[in-house]
Amino acid sequence: MKHIINVLVENEFGVLSRIASLFSGRGFNIESLTVAETDDSTISSMTIVTQGADHIIEQITKQLNKLINVIKVVELTESEQMARELVLLKFAVNSGAKRLELLRLVEVYQGRVLELGPRSLIIEMTGERAKVEAALEVLGPFGIKEMSRTGMVALARDSCK
Amino acid sequence: MKKISGAQILLEILQEQGVEVIFGYPGGAVINLYDHLPEYSCRHILVRHEQAAVHAADGYARATGKVGVALVTSGPGATNTVTGLATACMDSIPMVVFTGQVPTPLIGNDAFQEADIVGITRPCTKHNFLVKRVEDLERIVNEAFHIAGSGRPGPVLVDLPKDVIAGMSVKKDAVKPLLKGYNPNYTGHAGQIQRAMKMLFKARRPLFYVGGGAVLADAATELTALACRLNIPVTTTLMGLGAFPEDDYLSLGMLGMHGTYRANMAVTKSDVLLAFGARFDDRVTGRIDKFAADAKIVHVDIDPTSISKNVDVDIPIVGDLLDVLKKMLEVVKDSNEEAERCAAGHDEWLKQIAHWRDLHKLSYEQNDIIKPQFVVEKISELAKGYNPIISTEVGQNQMWAAQFFTFTKPRSWLTSGGLGTMGYGLPAAMGAQVAFPERLVIDIAGDGSIQMNSQELATVVQYNLPVKVVILNNGYLGMVRQWQELFFDKHYSSTQMSHAPDFVKLAEAYGALGLRAEKPEEVEPTLIQAFSHPGPVVVDVVVASEENVYPMVPAGEAISNMLLV
Ligand SMILES: Cc1ncc(C[n+]2csc(CCOP(=O)(O)OP(=O)(O)O)c2C)c(N)n1
Ligand SMILES: [Mg+2]
Repeated sequence: MKHIINVLVENEFGVLSRIASLFSGRGFNIESLTVAETDDSTISSMTIVTQGADHIIEQITKQLNKLINVIKVVELTESEQMARELVLLKFAVNSGAKRLELLRLVEVYQGRVLELGPRSLIIEMTGERAKVEAALEVLGPFGIKEMSRTGMVALARDSCK
Repeated sequence: MKKISGAQILLEILQEQGVEVIFGYPGGAVINLYDHLPEYSCRHILVRHEQAAVHAADGYARATGKVGVALVTSGPGATNTVTGLATACMDSIPMVVFTGQVPTPLIGNDAFQEADIVGITRPCTKHNFLVKRVEDLERIVNEAFHIAGSGRPGPVLVDLPKDVIAGMSVKKDAVKPLLKGYNPNYTGHAGQIQRAMKMLFKARRPLFYVGGGAVLADAATELTALACRLNIPVTTTLMGLGAFPEDDYLSLGMLGMHGTYRANMAVTKSDVLLAFGARFDDRVTGRIDKFAADAKIVHVDIDPTSISKNVDVDIPIVGDLLDVLKKMLEVVKDSNEEAERCAAGHDEWLKQIAHWRDLHKLSYEQNDIIKPQFVVEKISELAKGYNPIISTEVGQNQMWAAQFFTFTKPRSWLTSGGLGTMGYGLPAAMGAQVAFPERLVIDIAGDGSIQMNSQELATVVQYNLPVKVVILNNGYLGMVRQWQELFFDKHYSSTQMSHAPDFVKLAEAYGALGLRAEKPEEVEPTLIQAFSHPGPVVVDVVVASEENVYPMVPAGEAISNMLLV
């Protein structure tokens, strides 16, 4: 099962590398990892998406907790979190029917057009991973030229606490 | 307030921390530190290789329970500490290693003798630091000692750029560590302890499985009291040797790959297994699903990651062993009747164990060639009155030492368990001897391993550390040869040490006493001569070249499947 782990860490150099090498050294896999400062500039927040049997996830959270720079670890399954992902897509489409069709689909997925050029356009899409995946599947045939994806960010739902 | 240099700040903190001795080796990046060193009370032991400085600090830490300290220069000095750090990390040994570093403005520029030692040692330290400003030095060094010695202990590395050591700052007093994310739990959960004791009282075939944690927590007395009060047999891991007196009838000796027949059988047949400060290492468990398959398992450990890592545990207890054992003893006191009944209820179980003991004792046949087991037995016998500390190298020598020496006290056994580091024994013995100049410190060595750090003979002679090195000289990398014999059709590829030095002459070249025993009847007098000599000695014992360590559980097999001869 997919698990999302929220990790609060001290905002120090080398912390990201400690976390990354913990995963690689112990053979845990990372599907995505995002990091950013929190409202307290001495603390960063990481969202790690990983997969594994329950005892693996238990080891991961324990091992994360063991790191000196880790302040707090919250591990939840996908349904226990509000999780979002952002993706930027660049398409090479000239004006014409194809472009209109693309714009219509972007609207269906509540995407936003960030740049509209004569030969290309950049759109932004946010949502749950499933929605982003679905959008990518539908938009793929239009020829994605470049893509940049954030990985998941998440917060625990209050109803789960 | 007066400003002093980073070097002086560091040395003052070491003094405050009660550091008696630094094992070290100088170089350009730490020259400022060495410049001030003589002004402080702390003793410095100049080793001959940085790896040995770290092993010596490690041996000092194991023997005393204090945090060991090593100091080396940047670049190659720092990289030479890696094996020592990994050794200490695997065995949870508290130490702080200081490395020099190039000045901060040069970091990342491939400067002369620059190595990213913090990056290199991240996975083999409990934690490490790069000090970027002299103002942070005091806090970081205090944090380093705090982290090294608390919770599950471990090595901490502090990287010191030259400009930080040379920089000037004010030393404040007793700067408290500031660690938001580090707060080890010491107190065992009372409810879990009650549950565990209830289960233990009802057990028919209970067994204590004791690891190095019992030594690290200084809990041997309480552990022994609990086992004896409830009449429960005890087996220890390689790291746990000494936590329970092996001359007690409840002692089963060591378990695992080269464990005793009775210990491995007892684990296999037990119905309640209490693991104290042990981590279910693969060399102990063998095939994991057959390990204590019929037993309910209680696991007490200070490190939550050790629990349910390799085996599922029925009752986990996170906490300091000493605290948990004291609480267990209280439960025993409060439930006197149950405890009485428990203690009286294991007769059949102990009879079964005695039967296993008689069925397959640790044994060897001493003929006209010296058997290595005989040498260890003699050491055990002759050293008894001297309050000995035994260190080992790695290989057969280590296993024979573990099997045939009778351990009765904690912190008297220095061996690289987790990493299995050849070359560990001599420097570790040296570190322990610095701590206890009056005790008899013996390195039980192999002819291969001793060559990995034999340069330290110069150090023990220089400081008159009367370490006794007893080489079980079989002319082979014996343990590897044993595997080749048993599992690779006797294909002795690269395991014969066809070119070894004359160890007697080697000792003499360094200014130590060199002795040799070649016949069984020479062993005892030679050892007596060595043990009564006031200085360091190397004893070269020519032993049977193709003797094997038995019992042996082939890797990956159930531990009840032992090769017996
Ligand atoms: C640094 C290091 N290199 C290699 C090994 C692999 N190894 C394990 S035991 C052993 C043989 C040790 O030979 P010796 O010191 O003569 O001991 P013996 O087994 O003969 O008693 C070797 C090479 C190791 N444990 N450590
Ligand atoms: Mg050998």
